[in-house]
Amino acid sequence: MSTSNNPAELDDERLIWAFTQMLRIREFEERVKRTFEEHPGVIRGHTHLADGAEASIVGALATLRENDQLMCTYRCHGYPLVLGTDPRAMMAEIYGRTGGLCGGYGGSMHLVDPERGFMGTSGIVGQGIPQATGVAYAAQIRKRDQVVLCFFGDGASKQGAFSESLNIASLWKLPVVYVMENNSYNVITRVEQEDANAAAGEPLAVKAKAFSMPGVTVDGGDPIAVYEAVWAAVARAREGHGPTLVESKLYRLSAHGNIIAPPGVPLHFPEHEAVEVFGAAEEYEAAKRGDPVPRFRARLVTDGKLDAERADAIAAQVRDEMQAAVRYGLDSPFPEPADAVNHVYA
Amino acid sequence: MAHELPYIAAINEAIQLEMARDDSVLYFGQNLATTENDEFVRAFGHDRVRVTPIAETAEIGMAVGAALAGLRPVVELYMAEFMLVAMNQVVNEAPRFRYMSGGRVKVPLVLKAGYGFTAGWAGQHTGSIYGMFLGIPGLKVALPATAADAKGLMATAIRDDNPVCFLHHYLLTLEPGEVPDGEYLVPFGQAQIRRAGGDVTIVATGWMVGKALAAAASLAAEGIEAEVIDPRTLAPLDTTTILTSVQKTGHVVLVDQAPRHAAASALIAGEIAEHGFSTLKAPIRQVTGLDVTVPYSEPMEAFVLPDDTKIAAAVRQVLGTAPVPA
Repeated sequence: MSTSNNPAELDDERLIWAFTQMLRIREFEERVKRTFEEHPGVIRGHTHLADGAEASIVGALATLRENDQLMCTYRCHGYPLVLGTDPRAMMAEIYGRTGGLCGGYGGSMHLVDPERGFMGTSGIVGQGIPQATGVAYAAQIRKRDQVVLCFFGDGASKQGAFSESLNIASLWKLPVVYVMENNSYNVITRVEQEDANAAAGEPLAVKAKAFSMPGVTVDGGDPIAVYEAVWAAVARAREGHGPTLVESKLYRLSAHGNIIAPPGVPLHFPEHEAVEVFGAAEEYEAAKRGDPVPRFRARLVTDGKLDAERADAIAAQVRDEMQAAVRYGLDSPFPEPADAVNHVYA
Repeated sequence: MAHELPYIAAINEAIQLEMARDDSVLYFGQNLATTENDEFVRAFGHDRVRVTPIAETAEIGMAVGAALAGLRPVVELYMAEFMLVAMNQVVNEAPRFRYMSGGRVKVPLVLKAGYGFTAGWAGQHTGSIYGMFLGIPGLKVALPATAADAKGLMATAIRDDNPVCFLHHYLLTLEPGEVPDGEYLVPFGQAQIRRAGGDVTIVATGWMVGKALAAAASLAAEGIEAEVIDPRTLAPLDTTTILTSVQKTGHVVLVDQAPRHAAASALIAGEIAEHGFSTLKAPIRQVTGLDVTVPYSEPMEAFVLPDDTKIAAAVRQVLGTAPVPA
């Protein structure tokens, strides 16, 4: 698929795979969210959910080959699920247990699974962008035909790290695709309050022009549209023509994260900022009506790719899988306190 | 066998030897490798040797990424202060990745930067800012004081599987020294006793090592034998060698070019106070830079910095102080 201008057709099984992955991300995030209610105190600190981004994540990752790599932000649960990381290990990590993906050293914001190409995250906005660019530099000089996907939010595109990295990636023609997940909010600030392009009514993808690379905007609620846009960018990167900025427009269906509160205050996910801060309930309801998961299911059923019975069976299977992840996480023991001094140095 | 080289050339020799030995070693940064005649470009090509824009966050962040992907980047930063532009990558990304992954990844990289250029470079290019990189678990800090150590510590830094701040002192740049031929490694966390003596322990790093040795020479004329210890790396810090010396001498003068409240000497004083208190015969003295921005004008610059006269005076003071009762 390296030289064609058209993406490989997603055959029926691949479409159902994509739908299944979207369901898995949604169910995993729902179980994380429910943990706050059902098992208070089990999740500490700050947790960020990817509900609403499932189509974008799965569409983008569907373009990857076995040795490709990616990095993302602290909103990081979706990607490793699609790459094949065990959700039980992920949930145990979020619960701070020894069975966790990172042994309880990292938590929700710092998942990493390098064997599957998931090279890590940064908890600091924008700071993963140069790191992913460095992974792409390594890929370029090793000539292993690898492509790197770099995910970040719209807010990160105002960081110097964004501009510095895109400049170098374009200059050096690095095999990287920058996927900006534009969910219209950075924490509680609306994008038009902090982005000159948005304020001028332009798509954020115009930022690509400053770095002499293609910039495209795509409906991030449509996994096939995201797949096609990212596929073209990946093909371009793999052929040595350098990076692309893909703006994937989506709507984060949960609040930025659970509430920030000192110990003793039960943590929970508040209402979305559209409602909580701006009183824009209709905006949020419209976003819910456009929820990419049921939207894609309906499309597959309408197109005759998937019957309702099979869709329900997949959903049931996914529920069982994530229930097992919760169970595993709760049953996994806490680390020995003194293990805290391990892994400081290699 | 050894050969004589300036300090800065010894560093380059180490980078070249390591790049020849291991093709995963990269060297990139601002204002290097801009022509095909560049010695690094000729030897190793543009894949591994690249000029970057003035973009420290990208340079260091990319080094983190390349290291995560299995390479060993050496980032040329020229001046330690330029790291301040990218402090998040230096202190909050590179050294934390391994830990937060529970040991699943490693980040072998070297941040090469000069510091302490107190030769009229005024307030923003003269700092001895290594204190900012101490107390960052996961990060190592090397400060070579001689050409041989410059070579040996750089080679060790490149082979280390952790991020290392390799901070060379600008005023030592052209200082010649005997440098061992071929592969030469100086282990981290192993202090060097630059001068043996039984009366007082002086600890100093970088440019201050020479000042401490000059003070020791003048004190020797007065019959005072100072032991001068150069930790060579501040993280890890060889407290054993320091405490063993203090046990012998009972008197301590700690020299540090940094402002007093950012000085590594405060950290060393704490270790001695906690683990060597019973061997002290007098209070510890620190001879540090003053808590001011380094001024431009020469007499003011000299005033705020430690020198051999100030070090010798501090030694006389600790030796003249009444013993602390046991």
